[in-house]
Amino acid sequence: MSPAILKLIAQRLALGILLLLAVSVLIFVGTELLPGDVAQAILGQTATPEALANLRAELGLNDPAHVRYFDWLGGVLTGDLGTALSNGQNISEAMGKRLSNTLFLAMWAAIISVPIAILLGLVAVQHRNGFIDKLISATTLTSISLPEFFIGYLLVYFIAVELQWFPSVSTVYDGMGFADRMSAIALPCATLTLVVLAHMMRMTRAAILNVMQSAYIETAELKGLSPFRIILRHAFPNAIAPIVNVVMLNLAFLVVGVVVVEVIFVYPGMGQYLVDHVSKRDIPVVQACGMIFAAVYISLNIVADIVAIIANPRLRHPK
Amino acid sequence: MADSADETLLDIRNLRIEATVYPPGEDPHDITIVDDVSLTLGRGRVLGLIGESGAGKSTIGLSSMGYGRGGVRITGGQVLLNGRDILKGGMAGLRGVRGREVCYVAQSAAAAFNPVHRLMDQVTEAALKHGSADRQTVQARAIDLFGQLGLPDPETIGQRYPHQVSGGQLQRVMTAMALASGPDLIVFDEPTTALDVTTQIDVLAAIKLAIRKTGVAALYISHDLAVVAQVSDEMMVLQGGKLVEHGETRQVIEAPREEYTQALVSVRSIRHEEKPPSPEPVLTIRGVTAAYPGTNVDVLRDINVEVHPGQTLAVVGESGSGKSTLARVITGLLPPREGEVQFAGRTLSSAMEKRSRDDLRELQMIYQMADVAMNPRQTVRTIVGRPLEFYFGLRGKEKERRIAELLDEIEMGEGFIDRYPAELSGGQKQRVCIARALAAKPNLIICDEVTSALDPLVADGILKLLLKLQAEEHVAFLFITHDLATVRAIADSIAVMYQGEVVRYGPKSEVLSPPFDDYTDLLLSSVPEMKLGWLEEVIEHRRMESAGN
Repeated sequence: MSPAILKLIAQRLALGILLLLAVSVLIFVGTELLPGDVAQAILGQTATPEALANLRAELGLNDPAHVRYFDWLGGVLTGDLGTALSNGQNISEAMGKRLSNTLFLAMWAAIISVPIAILLGLVAVQHRNGFIDKLISATTLTSISLPEFFIGYLLVYFIAVELQWFPSVSTVYDGMGFADRMSAIALPCATLTLVVLAHMMRMTRAAILNVMQSAYIETAELKGLSPFRIILRHAFPNAIAPIVNVVMLNLAFLVVGVVVVEVIFVYPGMGQYLVDHVSKRDIPVVQACGMIFAAVYISLNIVADIVAIIANPRLRHPK
Repeated sequence: MADSADETLLDIRNLRIEATVYPPGEDPHDITIVDDVSLTLGRGRVLGLIGESGAGKSTIGLSSMGYGRGGVRITGGQVLLNGRDILKGGMAGLRGVRGREVCYVAQSAAAAFNPVHRLMDQVTEAALKHGSADRQTVQARAIDLFGQLGLPDPETIGQRYPHQVSGGQLQRVMTAMALASGPDLIVFDEPTTALDVTTQIDVLAAIKLAIRKTGVAALYISHDLAVVAQVSDEMMVLQGGKLVEHGETRQVIEAPREEYTQALVSVRSIRHEEKPPSPEPVLTIRGVTAAYPGTNVDVLRDINVEVHPGQTLAVVGESGSGKSTLARVITGLLPPREGEVQFAGRTLSSAMEKRSRDDLRELQMIYQMADVAMNPRQTVRTIVGRPLEFYFGLRGKEKERRIAELLDEIEMGEGFIDRYPAELSGGQKQRVCIARALAAKPNLIICDEVTSALDPLVADGILKLLLKLQAEEHVAFLFITHDLATVRAIADSIAVMYQGEVVRYGPKSEVLSPPFDDYTDLLLSSVPEMKLGWLEEVIEHRRMESAGN
């Protein structure tokens, strides 16, 4: 790898870290601004003012904001996300399992949706403006236009209730076999796939169509190559950067945006965990979830940037 | 020889090609691009297709591969290749022809190579796809061809990516790519047009040698008669999709039969007597050295030139010589590192933002690409009227009268006043840009390659117009160009630029008379001349000289 590329990648990583720090400030300030009082929430409406004051002091809620921020940030940097106010659990431990569940679901949704989306994009380009192209666009656009809770309930009704192929509630537990686990996540996975497919497919199609205008595509046609070889070998590699960008954006959505889907299918992931604790005004948990989501989002976008840099032959092979 | 039936390679009969156009504000309709053209080409023969843009020469060339660019369709006639009508074989049949029997060399190899693949993979792709040999054999053949075409390091150049080799080298690699699958016919589509004149001559010689050695037949498409004359056995002159004249090369250039061919052959007939320099130059560039922001490489070094009132200074050089950068310095877009620009005796501020409105008015520009220099959503009235409002505050009737005057001056007339740029031809667009520059009543107009994108006859008209306007308005031109024929036609004085420096400067008569410095000699001797054997003469002459040194 050339020094120019390493420098660009180092720049991206440094920027990512800086961005994450900025996000940590935003999350902290944002949760500070939330209405309500944790002590009140924990002790209920009937608590005496003394009890409230004691609890506040115990939880460190009386320290100035910047002190609490650096305490918190120091913890986050050393892997200690603090303790949940509502039940005194260690957040890192409680979240570990949740996060791995969410990543498991997101990973399978990605493994299914990304290849399908790109393949559909390639096929749509090959039949551009024809019936197949329009059919692909119409179907995927319909699925993206429906809200995910609606798709989720449709799947529950038809596949879980009527056909009874997969369970409607995605219960997972330790020691569960792989096949059972896959069967449990089938419906949320399908819902997520339907939600992200259209965006990636359309972007693949648009990026490749854009490249298809290039003179080197004409060169390939005049070599007598088959249309699919032209698209795959000559157009696709030049469209990687925009495609990877939108793929990563959707992967990030699969991790960060699963809240609704997890709630529908009662899947024990990050989304459920976040929703539970928001309603309890459990600020440390909300902050921790926020940081994890931000880290996932930023790192996936950095990956997209780095792939785009590496895919550029001018950077890989300087003059 | 081409007459005997079994020696005929390509036989195009009554070809008709149409395309659907979508003009703004009108219903889409079909237009005829090529109308009833027939041609035959014998094995190993080279046919030059000549014409201006829109003549249909590329379209005819591509039809020999059954290919229509954009929405272009072959709607009539036959294309017989090796005795078979290739239009009857469907897409699969065409794919068997393309890259195997007929190969293509594009105008801009830089755009025609895929940036993500190594040259060798692209050069061998067609031959491997059509299964004529295994990878090793094809690669060995490619390396041999790289050597034949005079490429440096033929063994390893294939491992490079397109952006790692120069434009002239890429054009040779593309020729090697076409030859690699051992075709019967190659379509050369303006293969040297995008190159500098000193590069063009080497590539042209390499292509000619490769054609002779391999015995491949070729359709050689160009708008430049002098170039085609060097490589072709016979020529076809086309105009507006119709055949004008067809004959042996010598006959076409030495004794053209048709009026249109005669016009093409005798183009650049403008004679312009140089005027003596005046004591007070309108523009003085003194000791200018400039680098682009954030770099410390000087792209201009110690430039000293003058432009005299009502005269033309031609700045001539190849791409990368710094001539357009000089224009940026003069207009204040790029403040120089050292030196100054004086205008009518006063020193201009080096940055454009600090110049007064009157300074801006005195100095106007005309660009190479007239289409992109105008707002496509504005009519001619708005485009030409804007400087009238901006500099002189003209409104209403006064402004209308002045616009009409200007349109008259550029020989277009008021009928064009409500047209949009898209409704004008290339030459008309450039005329509107000239009118816009004139509207400011400038003392100096910088013309940056203003005729480079135009066909020779149209360019000739623009040059004549500029000379006429110079005489009427007494405006000075700083004329940036790479084309020495243009320089001869209009300059009073000439500055030859090479790698950021002025290597030769003075009145036209002196600059174009011997003794020459090495670079000017190379530049002047590289301009194609319309005579048979010119290419061989120059190459031979250079070989003798380098042997003598």
